[in-house]
Amino acid sequence: MDDLLADFLTETNENLAELDVALVTLERTPNDEDTLSFIFRLVHTIKGTCGFLGLPRLERVAHAGENVLGKIRDKALTVTPDIISQVLMALDRIKMIVAHLGVSGAEPAGDDAELIALLNVTASGQRAEQEPIQAEELAPPPPSVETQAPMAAAQTIRVTVDVLEDLMTLVSELVLTRNQLLQLARAQENSAFAVPLQRLSHITSDLQEGVMKTRMQPIGNAWNKLPRLVRDLSRDMGKKIELVMLGAETELDRQVLELIKDPLTHMVRNSGDHGLETPAERRAAGKPEAGRITLNAFHEGGYIIIEIADDGRGLAVERIRAKAIANGLATEAEMAVMTDEQIQRFIFRAGLSTASAVTAVSGRGVGMDVVKTNIEKIGGTIDLKNRPGHGTTFTIRIPLTLAIVSALIVEAGRERFAIPQLSVVELVRAQREADGLSESVIERINGTPVLRLRNRLLPLVGLSDLLALGVPDADDAGAYIVVAQVGSTMLGIIVDRVFDTEEIVVKPVAPILRHVTMFSGNTILGDGSVIMILDPNGIARATGVGAGGDNKAGAGIPAETTASEDKTTMLLFRANGGQKMAVPLGLVARLEDIPRDRIELSCGEPVTQYRGRLMPLVPISGVYDSSIPNQPVLVFADRDRTMGLMVETITDVVDDRLSIELSAAQPGLLGSAVIRGEATDVIDTGYWLTRAARDWFDGAAPAGESIRQRRLLVVDDNAFFRQLLVPMLSAAGFHVTAAASAAEALRLRDAGTLFDAIVSDIDMPDMDGLSFARAVRAGGAWADLPMVALTARAEPRDLEHGREAGFTGYVTKSRRDDLIEALRVCLTETVAA
Amino acid sequence: MPSDVLDRAAAPNTGEDQVFVMLTVADQTCGVPVETVRDILGEQVITRIPLAPPEIAGSLNLRGRIVTAVDLRRRLRLPPAPAGTKPMSVVADNGGELYALLVDQVSEVRSLKADSFERNPATLEPAWAAFSRGIYRLDDRLLVVLDVGKLLALSGEG
Repeated sequence: MDDLLADFLTETNENLAELDVALVTLERTPNDEDTLSFIFRLVHTIKGTCGFLGLPRLERVAHAGENVLGKIRDKALTVTPDIISQVLMALDRIKMIVAHLGVSGAEPAGDDAELIALLNVTASGQRAEQEPIQAEELAPPPPSVETQAPMAAAQTIRVTVDVLEDLMTLVSELVLTRNQLLQLARAQENSAFAVPLQRLSHITSDLQEGVMKTRMQPIGNAWNKLPRLVRDLSRDMGKKIELVMLGAETELDRQVLELIKDPLTHMVRNSGDHGLETPAERRAAGKPEAGRITLNAFHEGGYIIIEIADDGRGLAVERIRAKAIANGLATEAEMAVMTDEQIQRFIFRAGLSTASAVTAVSGRGVGMDVVKTNIEKIGGTIDLKNRPGHGTTFTIRIPLTLAIVSALIVEAGRERFAIPQLSVVELVRAQREADGLSESVIERINGTPVLRLRNRLLPLVGLSDLLALGVPDADDAGAYIVVAQVGSTMLGIIVDRVFDTEEIVVKPVAPILRHVTMFSGNTILGDGSVIMILDPNGIARATGVGAGGDNKAGAGIPAETTASEDKTTMLLFRANGGQKMAVPLGLVARLEDIPRDRIELSCGEPVTQYRGRLMPLVPISGVYDSSIPNQPVLVFADRDRTMGLMVETITDVVDDRLSIELSAAQPGLLGSAVIRGEATDVIDTGYWLTRAARDWFDGAAPAGESIRQRRLLVVDDNAFFRQLLVPMLSAAGFHVTAAASAAEALRLRDAGTLFDAIVSDIDMPDMDGLSFARAVRAGGAWADLPMVALTARAEPRDLEHGREAGFTGYVTKSRRDDLIEALRVCLTETVAA
Repeated sequence: MPSDVLDRAAAPNTGEDQVFVMLTVADQTCGVPVETVRDILGEQVITRIPLAPPEIAGSLNLRGRIVTAVDLRRRLRLPPAPAGTKPMSVVADNGGELYALLVDQVSEVRSLKADSFERNPATLEPAWAAFSRGIYRLDDRLLVVLDVGKLLALSGEG
């Protein structure tokens, strides 16, 4: 209602100002039909709106004024200065009331009977004898009216959006021209233009900022429909919902505002519909009956952050997991290595709805993929935080404006391109070929480039390949990798050169080029050349990385080890006489072709000098065939250890579901899986590691049979070990869930996930294994579960500490058969007990 | 704008004289109605647009506006210009967007008599017939009236 009143006041003030002028015109040209009907219309509008808003005093005055004007229009009265004065008096009264309304929000007390009577007398055609003196004063008023008008509407003026858009376009052109001038001036030293140009530059920047401000609107404008929506929702769903809106005055570009309106509405509806529980459920959970949805907006850097939080039940991770598997978005094996955060993100995928009964109001998941796509379209990101039982918080980050952005200028295939700075995370200088000196080398897996970045494999895409630039990348062995953030995944874009950053004005590409989705626009640089602006989202879609919102399964390489959103990236190779084999790519540190003359024998076993150390080489066939001139080797590395597995040929890298059908009859194989429609043996990395170094692991253990389908939680901060343990324990018959931290594990507990046993690392950042064990023992559903500690250290003192903290078993990481044995013992004990 | 184009398409038959910008591409004289033309440019720096249809030569900067350049030779399935040819650009307005047609040479602006206009001969090669609105008989040669709208109806726009 307040908003309505505010709108009414703004509009009425404008109308009143126009009325003053129009009435004066009418006085001068009494027969001007157009002016008369214009005046009549305005007064009529004011009267009508007052009635609607419940402002009786204002309505009565306006009504009396309208009567007089109606008579003039119907030619029952002729325009005289007296009549005009009376109408102006009515207008003044209206202004007075409106001014009071603006201050206090209510009509002032007072009586207009005399004025109304006067107007009615005039309307009835009689000369009003007791004409007040003020009317005389107001009669010849053009100047005074002019000065009054701005007083009524001095604070705001209405400008059409078109004018603002035109201004923005002009400022954009000005910025470009300024950039060009600066570029020219840079080439000349001591130019007389330098100083005025500097000033021009400053003014341009200020002007740009000023014009941008005119386009800014409070985000509250996008929220004003929400209270009503929530009210209806709460009535329809029988829930009590409280809507809290914070930071409604936070401003952002109106173009952006328009684009986020719908996603926001959808998300609030979702929170109310699915996030919040019914009053009965809330009471049972010990929460206040009324659920709360909180919207919070604030500025941070060049972004606006919008949080949509509810204090409801939170996301049901187990249900998302089950649903994702049921809908074929991922396999159980893939799910096993995923963190809760990764599983939660499935709600942003098309084809996942967690509301078991999709309600009429919304089906969460049906729209969240669309929400994500829309937000990404405007360069934003969306993230979620889930506190099971306590609610869900969605966080949206959106750039404040889309018109002028800072961009990194890069070169590939002799062409220059702009990459919006917002999506650039970092730049890495890398070598195309290993030269033994450089830290960062672009490595290739069957032609697919990857980069090791802080112990992660970053998928790379060569810009000149992607854009089919034809010209081979520069002869220079060095390249730059622009690490870009696309949604939740990272992608490295290989470019030849990197120039500086420049403020660019994003211009849409010509309609005949709109189908080229790799570009988000084009612009003119300071030197006057036209340059295309790359769209990292488009690149990611084209390469299949993090194909969020895309129904097609991603065909690229996931950014975060094998714990991809969807599929496992598998390295395919052949060994043992052409047999197809596979290993998760995340486990492989590097691929090498080692020339025969670099393979030496040490105690009869093949080794090679690798990065200054001896690396044991293990033939997967069991026999080292020294006749091969170049031996393909998969290098596995963990901390300072490496080993090479000799295979026949490395064939491909594919993304596929890894579902192992257990048939590990042969040592060294986990079993067979169908990859790309062909039966492929998945190798047991752990087995081969033990073959390389006796102390890496000790001996090979056949899979345990007696303990099947026990649910196991593995907590280890080391992705390498998680990847190693999960397939191994799965192969041993456990249903394994992996957590990357103790905190994550405890969240699983709070979410009500049940397990039969826990295996935990001891050395972990933040909360170590001992504290974790204490936390588990302290209470909750897991308090009595067997817990096996997994550690590199196994001193008697450590064992003691472990037992004190609550661990039932203690196994060193290198002895994996001990682990299975320990688990077997613990689990039989619990069964017995 | 598209309706403009249609109006003009009909114009040659109404008997009024039309003013054309005359240009040459692979020795063929062509004409573009002068109203559609915004600018004539000499050789320009053109930025390649990767993944664009081959007919699109790239984009160029026309006083702060980005103009998409279409290679007329490619569009008409003609062999590439001999080396050393410096193409000129005829900048045309199509639906509010500016496009540069790269041609071999722009010669003059001339008013042509309506009675020298004829429809396309039935035997005109399809690649040309699609983009020609008709032919003017000049004293010494024939002039093909180019249909700018159709020339610019490249993939993506249908």
